[in-house]
Amino acid sequence: MANVDYKIIVGLEIHVQLATRTKMFCGCELIFAAQPNSRVCPVCLGLPGALPVMNRQAVEFAILTAVAINCKIAEFTKWDRKSYYYPDLPKNYQISQYDLPIGSNGFIGIPLPDGKVKKVRIRRVHLEEDAGKNLHTAENCSQVDLNRAGTPLLEIVTEPDINSAEEVKLLAIELQRIVRFLGVSEADMQKGHMRFEPNVNLHIKKDDTEYKTPITEIKNLNSFKVLEKSAVFEVRRQLDEFLESGIVLQSGNKKTFGWDDVREVTVLQREKEEAHDYRYFPDPDLVPVVINEKWLAEIKAELCELPLTMQERFVSGYGLSDYDAGVLTADRTTAEYFDNAVKAGGDAKRVCNLITQTGLKIANEKGYKVSELGISPQRLAELAGMVETGQISATASVTIFEKMMESKNSPQQIAESLNLLQKNDEGELGKIVDKVIASNPQAARDVKSGDKKSKKAHGFLMGQVMQKTKGTANPQVVAKILNSKLNKGI
Amino acid sequence: MNLTDLTALQLRNGIKNGSVKSADATEAVFEQIEKHDAKIGAFLDTFKKDALVKAKEIDEKIGKGEPVGALAGVPMAVKDNMCTTFGTTTCASKMLKNFRSPYNATVIEKLLAADAIIIGKTNLDEFAMGSSTENSDLKKTVNPWDSSRVPGGSSGGSAAAVAAKMCFAAMGSDTGGSIRQPASFCGVVGLKPTYGRVSRYGLVAYGSSLDQIGPLTKNIEDCALMLNVIAGHDEKDSTSVDEKMAPLCDWLEKINRPVTGLKIAVVPQLFEGADGEVVNAIKSAVEVYKELGAEIVEIKMPHFEYAIAAYYLIATAEASSNLARYDGVHYGYRTARPADYIEVYTKSRNEALGAEVKRRIMLGTYALSSGYYDAYYLKALKVRNLIRGDFTAAFEKADCIIMPTSPTTAFKIGEKTADPLQMYLSDVYTIAVNLAGVPAISIPCGFDKNKLPIGLQIIASAFAEDKLLRIARMFEKAD
Amino acid sequence: MGPKKIDIEQVKQVAKLARLALSEAEIAQFAVQLSAILEYVEKLNQLDTANVEPLAHCLPVNNCFRDDVIKPSLGTEKTISNAPDKDEQFFIVPKILEDTGDF
Repeated sequence: MANVDYKIIVGLEIHVQLATRTKMFCGCELIFAAQPNSRVCPVCLGLPGALPVMNRQAVEFAILTAVAINCKIAEFTKWDRKSYYYPDLPKNYQISQYDLPIGSNGFIGIPLPDGKVKKVRIRRVHLEEDAGKNLHTAENCSQVDLNRAGTPLLEIVTEPDINSAEEVKLLAIELQRIVRFLGVSEADMQKGHMRFEPNVNLHIKKDDTEYKTPITEIKNLNSFKVLEKSAVFEVRRQLDEFLESGIVLQSGNKKTFGWDDVREVTVLQREKEEAHDYRYFPDPDLVPVVINEKWLAEIKAELCELPLTMQERFVSGYGLSDYDAGVLTADRTTAEYFDNAVKAGGDAKRVCNLITQTGLKIANEKGYKVSELGISPQRLAELAGMVETGQISATASVTIFEKMMESKNSPQQIAESLNLLQKNDEGELGKIVDKVIASNPQAARDVKSGDKKSKKAHGFLMGQVMQKTKGTANPQVVAKILNSKLNKGI
Repeated sequence: MNLTDLTALQLRNGIKNGSVKSADATEAVFEQIEKHDAKIGAFLDTFKKDALVKAKEIDEKIGKGEPVGALAGVPMAVKDNMCTTFGTTTCASKMLKNFRSPYNATVIEKLLAADAIIIGKTNLDEFAMGSSTENSDLKKTVNPWDSSRVPGGSSGGSAAAVAAKMCFAAMGSDTGGSIRQPASFCGVVGLKPTYGRVSRYGLVAYGSSLDQIGPLTKNIEDCALMLNVIAGHDEKDSTSVDEKMAPLCDWLEKINRPVTGLKIAVVPQLFEGADGEVVNAIKSAVEVYKELGAEIVEIKMPHFEYAIAAYYLIATAEASSNLARYDGVHYGYRTARPADYIEVYTKSRNEALGAEVKRRIMLGTYALSSGYYDAYYLKALKVRNLIRGDFTAAFEKADCIIMPTSPTTAFKIGEKTADPLQMYLSDVYTIAVNLAGVPAISIPCGFDKNKLPIGLQIIASAFAEDKLLRIARMFEKAD
Repeated sequence: MGPKKIDIEQVKQVAKLARLALSEAEIAQFAVQLSAILEYVEKLNQLDTANVEPLAHCLPVNNCFRDDVIKPSLGTEKTISNAPDKDEQFFIVPKILEDTGDF
């Protein structure tokens, strides 16, 4: 049996739909699920005589993203026409960028499950316009909808630095997080705001010789789950194909595969020979973009703290677990909400729990963000403080949280009005404990005995105290008093 | 005197002061059209009813003392490669024979806002590709001076319409000489403004970095009047310059002020390619300027002879891309029974585009294709830089350059259609100007022994239309 | 006469790129005409352009932008009004069998 070992090599090409109000080169509104062909004008329809004009916001979003992923920003950049014929491309060329992309030579850090951060290099970032949509649902024709034609797309291409299917998914998730943090894209997979095309091949070591399999580009992946699945499948397929046929990477034998979501396999697509000659040349209808230092500085000033940086700060600075920090920084408003509450004096772990265990659940049900529930960071900090000092139980904090959503009152006021303040006074509680012990001598003896009945008896006595205090006694304090009294013996 | 003998400016002034009715002028041009256009074939479409309605409106407004625009009531024609919401915009092609544009070109909007009366769309070489209007797929236009000859191209219809007094002025477009050369052949004035001076929004693109819209008129004053209306930055055209770079002025106001200390450059080497009578006419014109006090400077333009080669790579490359959209899918002609969607493209385009258009698309596609881009397209762009350098150097020595507009007067119909290259070579004097982006005008400067008009071309530096028009006016007044 | 600048096979290739269903006669004619034109443009090689920048744009203009403000669209009816084949809302083309264009 041959000695076979392999390394997975993946580069990812990502298209991100930018969250501008209008298209890249015209003022048509960008809106999801509009009536077909209702958001089209002479420019994006490619009518005779129509001319494109650059959307400044799109360019600034692109520069901001490129900066966020550590790219070198071009001082001079331009537009090129990429020619090919397809019914959803009305001009039969796409306005894109060829040899002078807006950003190049950057990198992203992706947080791995083991806590390490993997660096993936970014080859280039450029802007282009999207095509419309062809629909093939009708029986004997295809229908063309140009609403999407002209949408600004950011294309990000990584170096082949990714080495597992899981890493592919994690990179995609991190990129989604970054663009959402920056506010440059909604990045909603359901709406097709992010599209991924992994380029996969293997470096196989067989009997001390290294072989490279041909590269496969996989298209038509519409979720993170499918992204990972297809990579797993493709790795297996390439390994099998190599072991069977011995075919290796050659110039020009890159293939395109589509993902079949029903059969869960990658399927070879037909070669598009002419598609390779895109005949790029500078678009004469558009003037170049010059990004000077002043403009770049203005855009850099807009840069927020990036998600991974924030996540790492929550771990090292606030002592949160990696997992919790990850949950909080999945979304910028949530992360900032948490951060502000802690800065307002809230204990980090308590605030975190309030958000992750209570706030997020409620927010998701209502379809809001946690920060939109009506509880300011200050009030949240106060609530956390009350749990920290034992003034209220953790259970009570949930009730109070919900009330705080509708009321402007302080958590203190709400706790009082709902009678949720815990009794913590040891003296007062001590007297009640004494009474309960006195009334239940058998149970007290059972606890002291330490045998089978001890635990149940302990619980019974606790219950009695809680009953006497109508549930307002702080259970930890009661237990402490009870234990000390019973251990000391009467 | 017939109303149609008036210049646009005279007519406009007359209409404004109530001494002439726009309705009468409009009737008059339609009388000319009905009398002559069956033979000349300048118009692809006319709008008599709407024109008269608009003319009456203008007359009424003036009667009431209401304000009207700079072209109030002046009937004019527009080359049929400028989009209009009225009528069709065919580009003289089967491909767009039934195309109704949902928007007006910016220039059209400006003309309408100035209260001009647009009476019809004129014939052209298909998609503006040609130098004789013989490439029109829809109609034949002849030269009003001699119906066995071409009117020039590609704005042949507009030039013929002005020459035959079927309108008071017309709009054309110029990519390699398409305003100036037909103006020269038809004995009218034709101006190609500086690239970026006039909006291209709504001009059906041929060579995007070369195309400019401009007027064809009876005289220089009319030209200035038209430029006043159509020039200016357009936010819908990224290549149109703003007022900071190209200040607007009232070109009509200064038109009669001669340029003092005028220095005129001539390029002796260029005379070699032109007909004897053309050369004589140009030389006589030079003498006229000398008598007006101008200093004549002889210069060389060493890269001029490479302009045609560079142009036919750059323009065709851009055209091959600009015309890719004509595919039978979203608008335009579609072939009758396509077997699949690929045949929608290949058959529609082949059936509806004419030979010259196809030829240029093929040439341009080849020049951009993988393996040939550097040798052809990129090389041409570099030569373009050298050609522009020749003009920059020339304008350091002189206010303008003078040369013939065309090596010949109007040639016979069919004379140059056998060999495309021969047709291209006839653009020798006009083409370099588009590559450099500078403004140029053709003005009538005499006739040859066959009574065919000869055109004098004056070229100025970028955004110097002011000087250019005044220099042209100096000659017109003296002549 | 030397070898043709562009032969029949190349003309066919270019016609494919340009989506033109040229007839055999047209292909043959274009091979001749395009060769002549390409022969003519060879004269550009007489010029040394090693240190010359390509001039794609005549104007020294950069950064021509528009604001991200919504402008009215044409509306579905007007958008498809010139379509050779359409239904109530879409442009219609013969059925596309392999969807190779979409991302």
